[in-house]
Amino acid sequence: MTTVIETMALTKRYGHKWALRECTLSIPKGNVVGLVGPNGAGKTTLLHLAVGLLAPTSGSITVLGGRPGDGPAQLAKVGFVAQDTPTYAGLSIAKHLRMGAYLNPKWDRGLAQGRIDQLGLDPRQKAGSLSGGQRAQLALTIAIAKRPELLVLDEPVASLDPLSRREFLQGLMEIVAKYGVSVVLSSHLIADLERVCDSLVVLVASQVQLAGEVTELLATHHRLTGPRRDPRSLPSDQTVIEESHTDKQSTFLVRTDKAILDPRWSVKPVTLEDLVLAYMAARPPSSERDARARLGLVS
Amino acid sequence: MIRFAWLQFRMQAAVAAGALGVIAVVLAVTGPTLVHLYNTSVANCAAYGNCAAATTAFVSNDHLLQDLGNLLIALPALVGMFWGAPLMARELETRTEQLVWTQSITRSRWILAKLGLIGLASAAASGLLSLMLTWWSHPFDRVNMNKFTSVFDQRDIVPIGYAAFAFALGVTAGALIRRTLPAMASTLVAFVAVRLVFTHLVRPHLITPVRVVTALNATSGMTFNETNNGPLTLIGAKPGAWVNSAQVANKAGHLVSGVFLDHGACLQSRAARACIGQLREALVYQPASRYWAFQWYETAIFLALAFVLGGFCVWWVRSRLA
Repeated sequence: MTTVIETMALTKRYGHKWALRECTLSIPKGNVVGLVGPNGAGKTTLLHLAVGLLAPTSGSITVLGGRPGDGPAQLAKVGFVAQDTPTYAGLSIAKHLRMGAYLNPKWDRGLAQGRIDQLGLDPRQKAGSLSGGQRAQLALTIAIAKRPELLVLDEPVASLDPLSRREFLQGLMEIVAKYGVSVVLSSHLIADLERVCDSLVVLVASQVQLAGEVTELLATHHRLTGPRRDPRSLPSDQTVIEESHTDKQSTFLVRTDKAILDPRWSVKPVTLEDLVLAYMAARPPSSERDARARLGLVS
Repeated sequence: MIRFAWLQFRMQAAVAAGALGVIAVVLAVTGPTLVHLYNTSVANCAAYGNCAAATTAFVSNDHLLQDLGNLLIALPALVGMFWGAPLMARELETRTEQLVWTQSITRSRWILAKLGLIGLASAAASGLLSLMLTWWSHPFDRVNMNKFTSVFDQRDIVPIGYAAFAFALGVTAGALIRRTLPAMASTLVAFVAVRLVFTHLVRPHLITPVRVVTALNATSGMTFNETNNGPLTLIGAKPGAWVNSAQVANKAGHLVSGVFLDHGACLQSRAARACIGQLREALVYQPASRYWAFQWYETAIFLALAFVLGGFCVWWVRSRLA
């Protein structure tokens, strides 16, 4: 088993409203995967389906080989930190840890206590009086101390200030290094994803626009600038993602596995942010199968 | 899961237990005094021939009884509003269901533990208060002899059924409405409506009442009552019974009004006793012996409603909220 999350035409509909429409993707095991996309792309719906908070309207989803939310064993395998990291405002940190201990058979008391100590939090403090950053850390502590195989985080840092955000992501990376847990993390902050993610999935309108390892994506995408020319005149191994033209000059963002040999081009590397934004702005793939083939996802 | 449910609930449980404890102490202190008062006044009033005065004097001590009776009537509604309605609504409002439903426990276990623990606590709180009040008020009930009518829903076991039902109603409202305050308000309205409908439209038909026409036997405490020159009715015709109607008729079976007594020179005549002998009472009533049958029926029906609503909540949490 090499995937943590695998979906096939996964759909969630509320009445006539589509929250996720025929989403097919596969997320490999053993690294930190960033899920990025504009608001309304279906990121939260997808993650809620993955942790069993929602049930699909149609299609299928497999997480770590099982159906999400299907019994205590499956629930124990997946840790979840929800958007805005909800906690019980009236319960103290210590009581949240007791909740974790009561509700999770594999609960790691030492890990939980250690993280709270390390963060310098008073266990008697009520969750309702914690700052956003502290609350996020508490939620992360609960999610990791249940010792899941997969940790799912939905926009965990979206509402945090830059310092808390960095501390949170540092904590997350320490956890990944120490416990080897697979992580799927959604965010619309690409800079944060770049810092922590090995792989990236760009989701636009329920469809995977781009998926791959960050280093490979950066290595295979180039920004070409040179005299104005028609994109159709580019070599066939170069796929144009984005193009812009002035009277004399053309700029292309291309994907290619091969080297750029044409000396007329000035070739520059792209940043992850440019790359993601280009794919988000690009037209949706013409057909599902085509998209999967293009992204090398067909198994 | 029970341990976590208890961790969240124990503060509210402590408040309820504390309040019940205070009431228990007050009742334990005043109860024996009341029994003593009863034994020294009402119980042997016949010997002094002042029963009416003694009874009136004794019954005037019932302020605490009325207050606690009102509390017992209100308790199920409070339980439904403050324990039932927020159970789901607050989770959904603060989105903590996303935290607790992603621990290593199915949400069926979660809702069953919550419903079981707090539902049981609701029934227990109401049952205990009713038990204490029933014990404390028995001298009054013996004097008033109307446990079956005006205080039926403040005695013995029916408050247990009310509380369990109100709790389940609150949880259901919270799950459907998803916001705490509207769910609390809806719980109150729905609970009061169900209680009123049941009391006035269902309870009288639980068992077919007894209908009899008998000679008019004057009983102590029985009085005539007449409204708008209508038929004459009797009050206190069957001590301890739940009288639906008690009307006065003549030998021919026709209902009589007060005019008959006044102008028929019946009661005013010297032969008042003979006059009464000409009259009949037409009674429709539930005998006092059915008191416990009614208590059990009503309790069972409200408990059954509570289980139906509880089952709905489990189904809702498992499938609807997914």
